Amino acid sequence: MDTDQVQTTALTSWHVDRGARMVDFAGYQMPIQYSSIVTEHAATRKAAGLFDISHMGRLRFEGNRAHELLDHILTRRVSDLQIGQVKYSLVCNADGGILDDVLISRLESPSSRQFFLLVVNASNRAKIIDWLQPHLADYPDVGCFDVTDMTSMISVQGPASEDIVNKLFNGNVGQLKYYRSLVTDQMSKPCIISRTGYTGEDGFELIVRNEDAPRVWENLMLAGRNIGIEPVGLGARDTLRLEAAMPLYGHELSESLDPYTAGLGFAVNLRDRNSVSSEALAKCKAKPSDRVRIGLRVEGRRPAREGAKIVDRDNRAVGSITSGTFSPSLQYPIAMGYINRELAIEGNSVEIDIRGSKANAEIVKMPFFKKEKK
Amino acid sequence: MQPEDLKYNESHEWVGMDGELAVIGITDFAIEQLTDLVYMALPEVGAAVTKGEEFGEVESVKAVSPLYSPVTGEIVEVHSELIDDMEGLGKDPFSQGWMIKVKLANGTGLDGLLDHASYKAQCAQ
Repeated sequence: MDTDQVQTTALTSWHVDRGARMVDFAGYQMPIQYSSIVTEHAATRKAAGLFDISHMGRLRFEGNRAHELLDHILTRRVSDLQIGQVKYSLVCNADGGILDDVLISRLESPSSRQFFLLVVNASNRAKIIDWLQPHLADYPDVGCFDVTDMTSMISVQGPASEDIVNKLFNGNVGQLKYYRSLVTDQMSKPCIISRTGYTGEDGFELIVRNEDAPRVWENLMLAGRNIGIEPVGLGARDTLRLEAAMPLYGHELSESLDPYTAGLGFAVNLRDRNSVSSEALAKCKAKPSDRVRIGLRVEGRRPAREGAKIVDRDNRAVGSITSGTFSPSLQYPIAMGYINRELAIEGNSVEIDIRGSKANAEIVKMPFFKKEKK
Repeated sequence: MQPEDLKYNESHEWVGMDGELAVIGITDFAIEQLTDLVYMALPEVGAAVTKGEEFGEVESVKAVSPLYSPVTGEIVEVHSELIDDMEGLGKDPFSQGWMIKVKLANGTGLDGLLDHASYKAQCAQ
């Protein structure tokens, strides 16, 4: 993959025509906002938001032993994954450090061929592919295909997303359960659809061929037109995921953190496992690190952002902020960060140093904002 | 104040004279670019400002932007109500949206700033 040049997606020209502000993100020219972050955020919470997430990496694994390879490299067990099931997992190195957070699904094509789909973060795609090479060499009969550049990925999120999807697909798609996926077609255009997302809302993520992407995108916009659908850029994608307290690689997650520190122990299976990271992760679990991820509600209206220090009464740093914003849904600033474990008690007050001035904050339960899921 | 009568920083602050005092704010273009304003920090009365240096900041959902003073002098009035009315700032940036009033230091003025036409030309680029 060419990392020097900024790539476009099949939908970049649509975004530009629509007047979106574009930004280079992980090597792709992506929309940051069309109208305003708050407008797009509210549309997603109230009706539906449509997201171009084609920058996300998509790796397809085929072969009889594909599940063994994936079992070996992921923190979750893959062998027991049912066809049509999706799991959130981590890729950790032999020291237990987080290399990426991913979605893994087991799928079956209309011609009854089974395969696995691994969706990785755009910023980690090259790193993961490099890291995979020696493991792939151990499983010569497993094929790993990077299908990112030949496909597009579109997400429709929000309470109206089921209605919108029902208009465009036959009935079994709207009945997909949360974290289930299906190989299907949208008006005879092949499509993988899953009931997943990164907003804390009900929603669907679609993978289609690049040549079909503009048509499918337009169809979704049309189907949602009278329901209040809005195209949504990366700006509101970030505020939505932050309200849902979903971690973002490079902010809450990095190679120097293990899953337990990050509050992602649920994404690790250790029993009867012999994966790259399971030995190290068993140690991390038995002897937790001295820091842990927390959620904060900041007093006033001034957001505490990445890099701000959490300090104690004697002005000693006891933690730091990894993401923060003004929450459009809650109308106050929220933040995530890491703090010394003994201080990580819900209801505790802490101070945050925001560029030299102090703001009070309270440690609160995550997610900050929660919706019922189907 | 009428936008045509004001002077401008390239960084989108406007300044106009109200008698002896320089009145300072940010332009409608800046507010449109920032979008979703949520917070503003302004200095105290009595603080010194220096041309080209930061005197405060505005913050949107997305990011923080510093405010740069177009003049040198001492702050004699601060529009602190604006901090609780960020929407008001967006509605009328050139009069209700004023931020600070500055008594200019001796021998300084509004030299070297953009006039309205030059500023508009910059925004159109």
